[in-house]
Amino acid sequence: MTAEETLPSARRTLTPEEPASAVLCSRIVSSNGTRATLALEDGLVFEGRSFGATGETTGEVVFNTAMCGYQEVLTDPSYAGQIVTMTYPHIGNYGVNRDDVESVRPQVAGFIVREASTKASSWRASGELHRYLEEAGVVGISEIDTRALTRHLRTHGAKRGVVSTRSHDREELVAKARGSRSMVGLDLAREVTCPEPYHFGSAPAPHPYKVVAYDFGMKQNILRMLTAAGCDVTVVPATTSGDDTLALKPDGVFLSNGPGDPEPCDYAVEASRRIMDARVPMFGICLGHQILGLACGGKTFKLKFGHRGANHPVKNLGTGHVEVTSQNHGFSVDPALFERPELVLTHVNLNDGTVEGFRHRDLPVISVQYHPEASPGPHDSHYLFGDFIQLMEARRQP
Amino acid sequence: MPKDPSLKSVLVIGSGPIVIGQACEFDYSGTQAIKALRKEGIRVSLVNSNPATIMTDPEYADRTYVEPLTPEVLEAILERERPDAVLPTVGGQTALNLAMELSRRGVLDRLGIRLIGASRQAIEVGEDRRLFKEAMGRIGLEVPRSGFARSVAEARKVLEVTGLPAIIRPSFTLGGTGGGTVYNVADFDETVERGLDLSPTHEILVEESVLGWKEYELEVMRDNADNFVVICSIENFDPMGIHTGDSVTVAPAQTLTDREYQLMRNASRRIIREVGVETGGSNIQFAVDPKTGRMVVIEMNPRVSRSSALASKATGFPIAKIAALLAIGYRLDEIRNDITKVTPACFEPVLDYVVVKIPRWAFEKFADASPLLGTQMKSVGEVMAIGRTFKEALQKGLRGLETGTSGFSRTDLDDGQIKAKLLSPDPDRIFYVKRALELGWEHAEIHRMTGIDPWFLDQMQQIADMEKQIIAAARPLEQRAASGAGSTPAERAGGLGGAPLAPPSFTTTLVEWASSPSWRDGRPRASSPSPSPPSTGSPTGARSTRTGAPGTGPGSRRRSRTTCCSPSWRPGASAGWRRETSPSDSSSSRRTPPPRRAPGSCSPKRSPAAACASSAGARSPSGRRSWATRRAGRGQPSPRLSSDARCAPASPSVTTSSRGRCTGPAGRRRREPPRKG
Repeated sequence: MTAEETLPSARRTLTPEEPASAVLCSRIVSSNGTRATLALEDGLVFEGRSFGATGETTGEVVFNTAMCGYQEVLTDPSYAGQIVTMTYPHIGNYGVNRDDVESVRPQVAGFIVREASTKASSWRASGELHRYLEEAGVVGISEIDTRALTRHLRTHGAKRGVVSTRSHDREELVAKARGSRSMVGLDLAREVTCPEPYHFGSAPAPHPYKVVAYDFGMKQNILRMLTAAGCDVTVVPATTSGDDTLALKPDGVFLSNGPGDPEPCDYAVEASRRIMDARVPMFGICLGHQILGLACGGKTFKLKFGHRGANHPVKNLGTGHVEVTSQNHGFSVDPALFERPELVLTHVNLNDGTVEGFRHRDLPVISVQYHPEASPGPHDSHYLFGDFIQLMEARRQP
Repeated sequence: MPKDPSLKSVLVIGSGPIVIGQACEFDYSGTQAIKALRKEGIRVSLVNSNPATIMTDPEYADRTYVEPLTPEVLEAILERERPDAVLPTVGGQTALNLAMELSRRGVLDRLGIRLIGASRQAIEVGEDRRLFKEAMGRIGLEVPRSGFARSVAEARKVLEVTGLPAIIRPSFTLGGTGGGTVYNVADFDETVERGLDLSPTHEILVEESVLGWKEYELEVMRDNADNFVVICSIENFDPMGIHTGDSVTVAPAQTLTDREYQLMRNASRRIIREVGVETGGSNIQFAVDPKTGRMVVIEMNPRVSRSSALASKATGFPIAKIAALLAIGYRLDEIRNDITKVTPACFEPVLDYVVVKIPRWAFEKFADASPLLGTQMKSVGEVMAIGRTFKEALQKGLRGLETGTSGFSRTDLDDGQIKAKLLSPDPDRIFYVKRALELGWEHAEIHRMTGIDPWFLDQMQQIADMEKQIIAAARPLEQRAASGAGSTPAERAGGLGGAPLAPPSFTTTLVEWASSPSWRDGRPRASSPSPSPPSTGSPTGARSTRTGAPGTGPGSRRRSRTTCCSPSWRPGASAGWRRETSPSDSSSSRRTPPPRRAPGSCSPKRSPAAACASSAGARSPSGRRSWATRRAGRGQPSPRLSSDARCAPASPSVTTSSRGRCTGPAGRRRREPPRKG
């Protein structure tokens, strides 16, 4: 049975002549009011309404289960190259504001929602979501059955797809989705990293820890958390060599989150090995964690549909505590890594048992797959920034 | 840590009689807890004065005491049973208060019995405003600004902190008599003087008013290893000033950004730790100033609450069951998630749907009660509806109320009354809000008058607009049909949803059809020798048989002794309340045939709409029965609602009324053709 046969309703088509009442309780949200079509590489097609900018976009269609925090999701560089589906049906309720951003602009390739709010209700709102997307040129689609889409992605895995307001020809769009680039083997970090090193800022502490942060697509909140924890942060591009980094004489090196497949990032793996050999404390998050896993001799693999949301339970094997974590990753570190005696598994995902964190027995290296900086998500794991500080403190006072 | 091996037997305290504010949700939670404990091999004894509950059915607890919920009786039961622990957190405030009293009297210490689920200290802090305020101060959280005063001068000083409007609460007066909200200084002095006079301790609390603020609730759980999860966030459609039990509430919260939601989550974690709830669930309420975002903590309940039952059904997370397991020593990550069967219960449910709860009032039964809504709860039940959007859930819920309206289809509204209704909330307000939207009132104006968030108003506007579009689109069809042969006006009306052409009756009373012989022979209601005519509106015992809830209204606290023992109770013929037009209605409504259902067809279990409800099966007379139950001679078979109510997501609306019943609307639609009278 093909996917289309299982989802007959997904193929329902709205013609422009059809009265709006044909879709009960829906309203033309976007000011442009045009049709939009989503097509997946496996032939599944959804027709809905344009939301945000018009045009055409391709990317890997993934879903995020967070019930709020859509502006943080949109601006998270880890979503580069991905068309993000929000499983929560009402999106845009509190509009957008100037503070809840993780980078200067939306990073997603496209945005899929069940229902886009026409009203932004918040004392912090500075605008409405659909206008924000329109201005940023993000192509979106609303009023499709996001539950059917999510179930499809969960069963069949993340799929390449296309969202278009230009063409509604099924064959053409499916062919376009098939022709788009695949996430596997894709080095996106190189595309979203900062072009030049820059100094982010420093904690008001008298002797801040000098941290060099590799930007693979870093979320702003990580920088805010590092400085709040007492660091003086210099951000460097993803391709910075280990020697160049060590020349800055850092107290610690941070490897950021980022999009894409970690395996093609051999330059970063190389640099990490060099820094580890120098016994400089290291802390990796998300893509940074995968790169550290590779640097320690491990492998990574692509998860079927990834972990994206703000409710993933992760057990800290050291304390026995369960943290509810924010996650956004499509690849994972192969647990075979822990056959090496020098590596210790520290965090494990309670939903599917995948690796969520490890540390090195001899070297000052800690690493987690999830997002302790949250944003969006629970703040249960903020302590990890403190752990990183302790590693640096221990090195300062040998 | 796994189960505590020293716990071999536990006494569960039920919530007693069903009254407004404490209804079948505690039967639901108590029954869940008893089942969970017994499954763990723990001997469970139960005490509850209300036999019209599921939990007192003999197959649930190992020993059931249907006895008055007083400290003396509890002490005697504890002497006899000698349980290792008492679980007071699944029986509402009644059970908590009893446990507190037992602890205060030293009974628990003397007998070496532990309190599990909540400590004495946690219960005290949750109850006592002053202790709670201090606790919040210690962890840096705000509560509404307030201060105690013993004179007008002192009160004036407090007023400088709180500002106007302010709320005056005299200490230790029953139901807060003598208090009130004041808007200007002249009234202030007068109210303060009156309050000081009325207070036996000559003391008043002057509190900052948070009327009109956004109201939120978080349902949270914690285990003995300090793992903490939020089960559900709930946003109140009606702002602060209307009791949560009388508010339309929505899950999850709709208008909070992640930043604000996480602030609330972090605050909840600190509160549950500080108050000292070591294991189990709590309900924490917040108010947020819609203009500035300032967040204050209103209160916390260190127990399973009304909202917990809602949150359980909204998310599929069985709070009471898990709370019971946590109380006997399990940790959240050691308990299996009932839905996935493979992952642990230590997670935070996410929804891809919206849940709306709408209160159900029965002011027609309480002639003396004012239908104005305020800080005292007046609703007698509630409807929960699940939809993919807020609009869908709201409309389903309104229909599920069974007040004769399908969604917003009310045509009896008086446009001249809109302003008055928006300003003083009563059960009709939501309909008047929609009417105002239909008439094109400004959202800002409606928001100013009602405090309802503009997002909700926008959603309701969409319903109003869509209705107009449908009516406009249907008009040509109607004309075509009118010119065609063979179609009757009634059919055409039916095709258009019927509401505008055939206004339904809204004067409704609830009658138990099975107990009224007139339904069986199909005679019209007017000639029926009904034991109690609905028009009287008086909650007499005879009419209220199965409910266990007579006399639960505002102003009336009478309770029937015939509870649960009516001979008309038969298993299988049990599920129904039906709407019936009152005799004051027009004769046309009497022509409506009485609904009849095939025996058993009304069982909520068989109704696809009522995934939440379950069977109304017979109580086995041969079931084990405690001496106490037998002595009380309450062996009548009793139709009932199973406690194991769990809602599948996306199921249509489910009515959970305080009458201890879960029914779905679909069951009600099964009607047989009219019989000849």
